[in-house]
Amino acid sequence: MRDVAVIGVGMNKWGELWEKSLRDIFVEAALLAMDDAGVDHIDSLYVGSMTPGLFIGQEHLGSLLADYLGQCPIPAARVESACASGGLAVRMGWMDVALGVSDIVLVSGVEKMLDVDGAGATYALATAADQEWECYNGATFPGLYAMIANAYQAKHNIPFGKFRKQLAQVAVKNHANGLLNPNAQFQTKVTPEQVMASTMVADPLRLLDCSPITDGAAAAILCPLEMARAKFKKHSPVVIAASGAATDTLSLAHREDMTYLKATEVAAQRAYKMAGLKPADIDFAEVHDCFTIAEICVTEALGFFEVGKGGDATLAGATALDGAKPINSSGGLKSKGHPVGATGVAQAIEVVHQLRGDAGKRQLKKARIGLTQNMGGSGGSTIVHIFKSV
Amino acid sequence: MSSITARYWREIPQRYRGEAAKSKKTGKTYFPPRLVEPKNGNREFEPVKLDYEGKLVTYTIIRVAPAGFEDQGAYALGIVELPGGARITTQIADCPLSDVKIGMKVRIEFRKIRDEGHEGIHCYGYKVVPA
Amino acid sequence: MAQEKVVGIVGYGSYIPRHRIKVEEIAKVWGMDPETIKRGLQLYEKSVPTPDQDVITMSVEAARRAVKRAGIDPKKIGAVYVGSESHPYAVKPTGTTVAEALGATPDIHTADMEFACKAGSEGMFVCFGLVKAGLIEYGLGIGADTSQGAPGDALEYSASAGAAAFLFGDENVLATVDFTYSYMTDTPDFWRREHSFYPSHGGRFTGDPAYFKHILGCGRALLELSGMKPSDFAHCVFHQPNGKFPMRVAKLLGFTEEQNKTGWLTPWLGNTYSGSSPIGLTAILDISKPGDKIFMVSYGSGAGSDGFIYTVTEHIKGKADIGPKTRPQLDENKFYVDYGTYAKFRGKILKAG
Repeated sequence: MRDVAVIGVGMNKWGELWEKSLRDIFVEAALLAMDDAGVDHIDSLYVGSMTPGLFIGQEHLGSLLADYLGQCPIPAARVESACASGGLAVRMGWMDVALGVSDIVLVSGVEKMLDVDGAGATYALATAADQEWECYNGATFPGLYAMIANAYQAKHNIPFGKFRKQLAQVAVKNHANGLLNPNAQFQTKVTPEQVMASTMVADPLRLLDCSPITDGAAAAILCPLEMARAKFKKHSPVVIAASGAATDTLSLAHREDMTYLKATEVAAQRAYKMAGLKPADIDFAEVHDCFTIAEICVTEALGFFEVGKGGDATLAGATALDGAKPINSSGGLKSKGHPVGATGVAQAIEVVHQLRGDAGKRQLKKARIGLTQNMGGSGGSTIVHIFKSV
Repeated sequence: MSSITARYWREIPQRYRGEAAKSKKTGKTYFPPRLVEPKNGNREFEPVKLDYEGKLVTYTIIRVAPAGFEDQGAYALGIVELPGGARITTQIADCPLSDVKIGMKVRIEFRKIRDEGHEGIHCYGYKVVPA
Repeated sequence: MAQEKVVGIVGYGSYIPRHRIKVEEIAKVWGMDPETIKRGLQLYEKSVPTPDQDVITMSVEAARRAVKRAGIDPKKIGAVYVGSESHPYAVKPTGTTVAEALGATPDIHTADMEFACKAGSEGMFVCFGLVKAGLIEYGLGIGADTSQGAPGDALEYSASAGAAAFLFGDENVLATVDFTYSYMTDTPDFWRREHSFYPSHGGRFTGDPAYFKHILGCGRALLELSGMKPSDFAHCVFHQPNGKFPMRVAKLLGFTEEQNKTGWLTPWLGNTYSGSSPIGLTAILDISKPGDKIFMVSYGSGAGSDGFIYTVTEHIKGKADIGPKTRPQLDENKFYVDYGTYAKFRGKILKAG
């Protein structure tokens, strides 16, 4: 297996992109990545997109996007793992290069969510949950994560007032980070009081505990590390040190422990093993904060904090930009936005910027080893990557 | 015109009668029934019915309802653990929202889950009520 | 000489929704004096179904309770008849969903019945006949309704929801059916046209020429047929659209208030239409003793009455405790709603779009 480097990254500003179609935003991001890498040709393409079929009635993205990027007849595929589709695209591209099948691979993600109304978007997102046994009985995504939150609070005996503040702090921190990210959908400061006063969506999760609906695309170019060192010298190379993936039951009700994201732990363990690293070795991470509770649970499953202590760590500032373990320096899904299929790739892009040292106002002091964790549904699938600067 | 009649009809044994599968190897109850048991690859099951009484292990109050449930206002949704190890995701009915508590004993009742719009079928299934 | 088959009720069950609305709450909206209404109808509050409850769901629950009391395998049920004037579909039978939920399909006969408030007792009448004829082993007759009263109309105070189910068989019969009598005429006292949401009625015409004529006609004929007197009976139960009518008709037939009391539920339940006298019968069976004789006459507008004479047997012992009894469902764990919530639950107001 060859070592794989990231030689180019590109993403546009995320938000409500009314004037741009899915193919527009994809091509823009892809060209930015190709220019950043200094390539005008790619060998293969992976695009993560959760459900272009339900959002805009369009499938067959491999053909469409290879075509509009002007790269036919390269092999191209859309990959799907609900909200982890982007992370899956990175993983597939990594495999393609590592196994020697292709040299220069574009990994990307795109989602165009605003062409359907709120009910349509909610319906499309709900297809990541169990249609017959969760959604049929009236479950929603905020509802599933709210049930995780309530079970977590009960299991760890956290008084509600304290728990509510812990959740709020995740949103506050991520919005503070997003203020420093020119591509973030929301560049607004948010206070704990604002979070805790926002409209209740599914007790205890309020509007500001939830990531938004967003249009956006993100892309990165991968190639063998040897080739990067020889030919692509625009940036110091960033290497994908490991890729780990795992699944868990689709239905929340079928999990062994509903308060613990087992798939995240397993995927992370696989990645740590491949890289020969431990959780303590990771300097910073981009994780899947689809809801505030998710970030807390993910940091525990990644082994960063003791189970039940993720909230305390957040309140104490451990996960802030200047903390011991910065989480979501990009602003996370919460403030950067969550165009579902693109999120996993944008996480990688943030890590690459930090490792290169060009993250601008968000630059972390200690950034040599970064981790991305991308999750589908209520934790049914997870993809973890570890990146290193070399 | 209803588009989901076949999908609805197919799950009637589970939704109306709680038909589940008990592993002949581990004795665990699976709902809905499966063809293969997780972790051990076992393919031998015997048909069982879910118990009607169980315990609420977590819940939330859905305040922004999905399509088809908009008229139901805020409702309690939870996960109920039944004897044998099966767990179901279901609404808690006939209970003031502030009275829903983790650990409460509940009982399954036959209720209408939703209507497929004004012209489509009535969809029935299970909810739980305080026992 | 061959012994004549003893046929009757082998299991019974009722289901009453938990929500209630008081007369005061409705009267307030229309500017009426609640005391006048309570006195006039002898009715104080009624049951209200939630939007997830309908004739199908209530029938399933009542039927499950009946089957549990009988202690039989549902696959042996040969017929299910659900009588209602608020079947959830205009075309698609309630009976098949109920039979499916019980696990009684596919070797079964079902039919939906309709005859205003009498539809419940009709199913009972047919099941009795089929078991007696030896065509089926067990038959389930159910009366259930979630009837509507037009806003501001007198019926709005009484139209309520509930279900009762009776399993008929010829083994371990807990109440034998000794005599039946039916009495029908074409009397247009109360009706609903196909696309109307609310029914219409003939005001005072619904009294003497309708309710009283048919219950008295049926009741007197039943007494004559059986050669029995009112004092032979421990209990009586009549169709009860309000609190007053059944007390009056009982007296006219020669029964006492004491005999009528146990099955007299309308003052707190409202009028459950096809469930009316059947639910009353379940309340009687809950407390009856072996040897008790029960006199029941239903009434349905349009119009007609079905009459039954039952004798409770030794098999009643212990049966009431197998499952929820009727009076506790009526008196305990109630939630009162206001008129707005009531109107929303009953579909009298709908969310736009």
